[in-house]
Amino acid sequence: MSNTNNNVGFAIEAKRLRKSFGSNLVLNELDMSVDWGSFTVIFGSNGSGKSTLVNNLATISTPTSGEIYVAGFDIKKEKALIRKNIGVVTHELLLYSDLTAYENLFFYGKMFNLPDIEHKIELTAEITGAKDYLRKKIKHMSHGMQKRIAIGRAILHDPPILFLDEPESGLDQEALERLYEMIRSGQNGKRTILMTTHNIDRGLEMGDRVTVLSKGKISYDKKRVDINRDVFEGDYISLRQSQL
Amino acid sequence: MKRSLVVVRTILWKDLLLELKSKDVIISIVSFAMLALVIFNFAFGSSSQLASLIAPGAIWVSITFAGVIGLNRLFVIEHDQGSIIGLLLTPVSRDSIYFGKMLSMFVFLTISEIILLPIYAILFNTSIIHPLFLLIVALGTIGFASLGTLFSAMAVNTRSREIMLPVMFLPIVMPILIGSVVASANILDGGGWSDASRGIHIIIVFDVLSLIVSPLLFEQIIQE
Repeated sequence: MSNTNNNVGFAIEAKRLRKSFGSNLVLNELDMSVDWGSFTVIFGSNGSGKSTLVNNLATISTPTSGEIYVAGFDIKKEKALIRKNIGVVTHELLLYSDLTAYENLFFYGKMFNLPDIEHKIELTAEITGAKDYLRKKIKHMSHGMQKRIAIGRAILHDPPILFLDEPESGLDQEALERLYEMIRSGQNGKRTILMTTHNIDRGLEMGDRVTVLSKGKISYDKKRVDINRDVFEGDYISLRQSQL
Repeated sequence: MKRSLVVVRTILWKDLLLELKSKDVIISIVSFAMLALVIFNFAFGSSSQLASLIAPGAIWVSITFAGVIGLNRLFVIEHDQGSIIGLLLTPVSRDSIYFGKMLSMFVFLTISEIILLPIYAILFNTSIIHPLFLLIVALGTIGFASLGTLFSAMAVNTRSREIMLPVMFLPIVMPILIGSVVASANILDGGGWSDASRGIHIIIVFDVLSLIVSPLLFEQIIQE
């Protein structure tokens, strides 16, 4: 794994985080902290600010105000160090569709300055089950396989923190099962994962901490072991309705 | 410094590989510029005095408008599947990304010019084998690519980028184009360094300014 500054208490920490687009306030004085090695699942209706939160934490977007520390590094001063320590999977593939999977991974390996890139690509392809597809162009793959390569791109540099923003979007049931299996098997408590999703069943099954985002704030935050599924579903539905 | 060069080289390798597979940029530039040159040639003939007068302008007008088509593609390929975000998520300086993309554009334009200049020489019955003329083309291309890369990144997020790019870019690149046309005309007219130096100096000044300012602005433009 990359060098981290994990003498600090949290893998991810946001303090009084605000993000607005013009007059539209999306994240409103949001505070959150994520423990090292935890699997945090964030639920929230469309427009609740899930993707904006991930984009801000992952340095894709700049907060309007507030503080963010990822892997112990300050987002205002140490963006490059944060980028070394995170992997990001978004709705989009972040891959070049005219290049093969191998060429895409090789390009990102070079950009991350990885030693022994060929070996890393082999290893990643093994984890993602994409070994037989490395020489195929991205645009000639099924969406499920493209998503696996996208995850491969995100974990190629073996980041200690992984952001998954609705990784299930556009996948059929079978591809979804494989994707969750891959995320689960790749974690083993060593990688900190923050995942946004609409899938309550999977989110509750996989996460060890469950958070609900509503109106740009954390409105629900509990350890999975403390959650009764039926009660949670009821609470979640009322939270969603209150946002409408 | 060494790391930045590796990043620039890697972006260039990726863009050339993409171009080799899609053949989008160079074919667009060459076919449009060739068409423009042929039209100029038909309009003014190849041996008349008028043709020799408009020849320097014809090549630069052709390269400019064809180059804008290439610039439109430069960042569109980065928006394919959101790969620009993938690029921005890598721990490299934004300057290196800028210089990588700028070098890609410079190489695309240079390859196009290598194809176009002999055709231009035949159509306008003029000799292009002149070190100073080739220097002017190279300097003009550097300025065009350096400013164009910045404006291409700026335009790619606008709604009608095909229109916005030339509207924003052409007025700013004008000093480089004027310098190139004036200096090219002096050389193709049989002049030497003393005749062309004023034009060449204008290009060099704007090239240097552009290479300093563009990477600084690029970081701001590309962030959100």
